[in-house]
Amino acid sequence: MSQGTGHYYVPAPSKWPIVGSSALFFLGFGAVFTMNKMPVGYWSLAIGFAILIYMLFGWFGEVARESESGKYGAQEDKSFRWGMSWFIFSEVAFFAAFFGALFYMRALSIPWLADAEHDLLWPDFAGGWPTAGPGITEQFTPMGAWGIPAINTFLLLSSGVTVTLAHWALKENRREALKLWLLATIALGVVFLGFQIYEYGHAYADLNLKLTSGAYGSTFFMLTGFHGFHVTIGTIMLIVIYFRCAAGHFKPEHHFGFEGVAWYWHFVDVVWLGLFIFVYLV
Amino acid sequence: MSSKSVAALVGSITLAFYSGMAFSSKYNFQEPQSVIARDIYDQHIMLLWICLAIFIAVFGVMFYSILKHRKSLGYKAANFHHSTAVEIIWTTIPVLILIAMAWPATKTVIAMKDTSEPDITIKATGYQWLWGYDYLQGEGEGISFYSKLSTPPAQMRNKEPKGENYLLEVDNNLVVPVGKKIRIITTANDVIHAWWVPAFGVKQDAIPGFIRDAWFTAEKPGIYRGNCAELCGKDHGYMPIVVEVMEQDKYAEWVAEKKKATAGVVTTAAVEN
Amino acid sequence: MAVVQDVHGHHDHHPTGIMRWVAATNHKDIGTMYLWFSFSMFLVGGFLAMGIRAELFMPGIQILEPELFNSFTTLHGLIMVFGAIMPAFVGLANWQVPLMVGAPDMAFARMNNWSFWLLPVAGLLLVSSFFVPGGAAAGGWTFYPPLSTQGGIGVDMMIFAIHILGASSIMGAINIITTILNMRAPGMTLMKMPLFVWTWLITAYLLVLAMPVLAGVVTMLLTDRHFGTSFFNAAGGGDPVLFQHIFWFFGHPEVYIMILPAFGIVSEIIPTFARKPLFGYSSMVYATASIAILSCVVWAHHMFTVGMPTVGQLFFMYATMLIAVPTGVKVFNWTATMWRGSMTFETPMLFAIGFIFLFVIGGFSGVICAIVPIDIQVQDTYYVIAHFHYVLVSGALFSIFGAVYYWLPKWTGRMYDEKLGKLHFWLSMIFFNMAFFVQHFLGLAGMPRRIPDYSLQFADFNMISSIGAFGFGLTQLLFLYIVIKCIRSGEKAADKQWEGATTLEWTALPSPAPYHSFETPPVLK
Ligand code: HEA
Ligand code: HEA
Ligand code: CUA
Ligand SMILES: [Cu+2]
Repeated sequence: MSQGTGHYYVPAPSKWPIVGSSALFFLGFGAVFTMNKMPVGYWSLAIGFAILIYMLFGWFGEVARESESGKYGAQEDKSFRWGMSWFIFSEVAFFAAFFGALFYMRALSIPWLADAEHDLLWPDFAGGWPTAGPGITEQFTPMGAWGIPAINTFLLLSSGVTVTLAHWALKENRREALKLWLLATIALGVVFLGFQIYEYGHAYADLNLKLTSGAYGSTFFMLTGFHGFHVTIGTIMLIVIYFRCAAGHFKPEHHFGFEGVAWYWHFVDVVWLGLFIFVYLV
Repeated sequence: MSSKSVAALVGSITLAFYSGMAFSSKYNFQEPQSVIARDIYDQHIMLLWICLAIFIAVFGVMFYSILKHRKSLGYKAANFHHSTAVEIIWTTIPVLILIAMAWPATKTVIAMKDTSEPDITIKATGYQWLWGYDYLQGEGEGISFYSKLSTPPAQMRNKEPKGENYLLEVDNNLVVPVGKKIRIITTANDVIHAWWVPAFGVKQDAIPGFIRDAWFTAEKPGIYRGNCAELCGKDHGYMPIVVEVMEQDKYAEWVAEKKKATAGVVTTAAVEN
Repeated sequence: MAVVQDVHGHHDHHPTGIMRWVAATNHKDIGTMYLWFSFSMFLVGGFLAMGIRAELFMPGIQILEPELFNSFTTLHGLIMVFGAIMPAFVGLANWQVPLMVGAPDMAFARMNNWSFWLLPVAGLLLVSSFFVPGGAAAGGWTFYPPLSTQGGIGVDMMIFAIHILGASSIMGAINIITTILNMRAPGMTLMKMPLFVWTWLITAYLLVLAMPVLAGVVTMLLTDRHFGTSFFNAAGGGDPVLFQHIFWFFGHPEVYIMILPAFGIVSEIIPTFARKPLFGYSSMVYATASIAILSCVVWAHHMFTVGMPTVGQLFFMYATMLIAVPTGVKVFNWTATMWRGSMTFETPMLFAIGFIFLFVIGGFSGVICAIVPIDIQVQDTYYVIAHFHYVLVSGALFSIFGAVYYWLPKWTGRMYDEKLGKLHFWLSMIFFNMAFFVQHFLGLAGMPRRIPDYSLQFADFNMISSIGAFGFGLTQLLFLYIVIKCIRSGEKAADKQWEGATTLEWTALPSPAPYHSFETPPVLK
């Protein structure tokens, strides 16, 4: 609960936030311009990403240095824990919006569109799932659950185990095992992403399943896409953590940087389970 | 002024004002012309009185306190800071009041939703920015036409004096017979619109790709005016709804005439989607 | 507990000039920036409101073409909500939460800075969208598709502005929660926290819950616009109404995000000037929590006209009405706090009482809106406009004015001009009611909202409303003058300027509060 007898580290004025804001300035305008087919947009996006990466390295680097030089005590550690927990909560809310859209379409809007009342507008629509909706005529094949998605489920679940093994190793100060398990986790993440990219290619090339394939295509790609994006972020974070481990960072009793990433990874895992069940399986 | 005279003054002003609301349509809902609209009207008046009573009770106490319990009068502060009994009382009383409000409302909701067994069914389709009407069932079946604002632009640009029904007039009124249950089916062609006629207590969004419905039974012949009630772009303010309610025999005449005129013309249903 | 301040940040070595603000990690500097930003956005949003009221002064098209009028309405709503009211409350939290719980600063000082400096970027996206081809977004602050699927580049700018604002709010909220949960002085148990802190804790929770949902829904809108998805398109199996459900799942908690901190402020001001402890402290806390929880299950009361199934309508009606109960508890508690107090009526107290008086009117009109049959008539009319300006302007905004008058002496070490403050209050009170009370009548009589022109029977009330609005707008310039005058040449304020104040910032700190306060935590009884 409240402050102990330690001290609280209040950082000096920092340039990183304003650097981050200027990155978002370029990214925001860049995205707007690109989406409206103005070539300057690409430049703006590129500049924005460059600044963002610079900012992330600089900012997190500074935090890592502060942490390693022992500036953070128990109370700062607790702040980080609260902060990370609430951040993950916000991510849950974000995914909830997309899952909500999926449930709404499947349970409400598609049956409505198919009911007798709506024969007035959509006489031929029979409803059911998967569907591209009553007004999209292009056919597609839905993605089966037991091929790549099942393998990917296995991969991600295993990666949850390996990251936990890495955590145990860290707590027992077995540094080699720590690095090994981390590497395994990263590898599993990368393979997962590889499979997902392959799956997308397969969807477009062979199944004629696209973003434009109505309700099914929209929810399929948006849910798996945002999840894949989170796996990418998580993998990058794991790689950073790996290099920090290699550089001798983290102590058995003080390693929130590691734990935060592990929490995030587990979160991504759980979301995938939701996806596997509701997007692929049923 | 003494606190009593202030209270008396405030009280009489509000009362005058409230009775004004009850009698003059300028301060209140338009005169209801259907059962549902009348229910709504009455419930609104009831709610106003309840709210007024709570308002007077709460602010009576508060302003009494403000007038009497002030430092400048040398009033010394008491030091109490809770009382479970009082708190329970003022949690339960509002619950009871709310139940009293919800009861009639529930009945009206159920009645509003009952669109079964209409005499006439009319589809109203919202377009940017006009309405299309198709008589789907009942007397007049097959009639279909568009209904569009007829106020001349010069009036809107302040170049001509504004007519009596400025912005509330259309080229083709929607015509229905008096005393019949009319079911309005709404949908839209582009964006969401809303079909609204205050006198009938009907407001129903018209959603592209979906069908929704509502009903009314007009009590008196006459012309009733409403607006599109969902922002639908530039001319959202310029797509009124005008319903002309006719005696049964006049309506039959109108149907016959309309049938003759529209024979052979492409109906809106064909342009649909 | 001592604070370790980084070397170059220590005491008077902090950077000066522009870098003090750009690189700030001090909660007071950041709070100040939030407040000034919010006030300037209030002027921009107010300017748009003046445009709206000028257009509506008389029937006929006066100064704004219909499309531009819609952009004015849309941006007025967005800027007031996201640019003025929310940042003002976050600014107040930045200043006051650490002072009131006895913390040295916010938990994440750098992230705090970022939360702020994202706002000008988003503000720029919004304001500059007026000047792009096709103009600013014109689909209302609720930007329902398919209308907002139609719009031009301005809509995309709005979407990205909302993403950035959302990121800012989430970071701000996480920061506030962490500060409150982790940085209280020893002995400051949860149930000893000042109510302002409590209400902000609950508000921050709502923010973390609601803002990502908004981000999600604008993302779906974006992909529907540009990448051919069909979330809100019936032809693809989606539904325009789905947008409304997700939007209002955010939107309704959002309106409580804008009122709960106001409840907190009023709960600080009333006991101070009644010189009597707050009545029913714990029931206040529970009421706030109940409002927050209920607010998550009432969203569809904004959608009574979309044609939901009957059970849906009834459920959302009952749930909405229930919110009157905990809110009533608050009003009664404030009244009981005043009862047999020893009251004085300085400007903050006037705004607090004005708040209660007018907020209750707004609350009543809310309950009337919640009754489905009545809402069928008033939905999308000026009645709703009247309802929410009573809760947002004379609610949220009045509480912010009250808070600024209340804490200015602590922030600046100087007193504002009491006479002018009172004048500001009374003028605001009169003009506000003139502008918005008559809008109830307009709505009842059938004037739709979001229209640039109206039929003749609405002419008188609209003119009254516009005159009131102009008066209200001009009055706010007086507020600016009062604040500047206070900062420049106000009289010296006492450490405990208000006799009845009991919270830490008054009892444990000098005025103005030092740049670094509570480097050693205060001792609590
Ligand atoms: C600060 C913001 C705020 C607050 C606090 C509220 C509070 C409430 N609002 Fe409001 N509302 C908005 C902001 C807010 N609202 C906005 C911005 C919109 C429009 C959005 C848009 O479309 O653009 C809106 C719209 C809106 C609608 C939709 C109207 C429509 O579009 O058709 C409804 C309907 O139910 C509603 C209801 C309520 C209710 C029941 C409350 C309750 O919380 C009020 C509770 C308070 C009281 C009741 C008073 C005190 C209580 C007592 C003294 C106890 C005794 C009382 C009784 C027993 C009645 N609001
Ligand atoms: C969140 C807070 C908030 C605040 C504080 C306000 C403040 C005001 N609002 Fe509102 N308003 C909304 C939120 C808010 N609003 C929302 C969410 C909508 C819905 C939008 C939508 O439909 O999408 C809305 C819509 C809305 C409408 C309906 C528009 C329509 O449907 O077409 C109107 C009309 O009168 C209006 C008026 C005003 C006025 C006169 C003020 C005044 O209080 C403003 C006073 C302030 C100033 C004027 C600034 C200070 C002074 C100057 C800049 C000097 C210049 C002064 C003069 C020239 C006189 N607002
Ligand atoms: Cu059609 Cu508004
Ligand atoms: Cu609401």
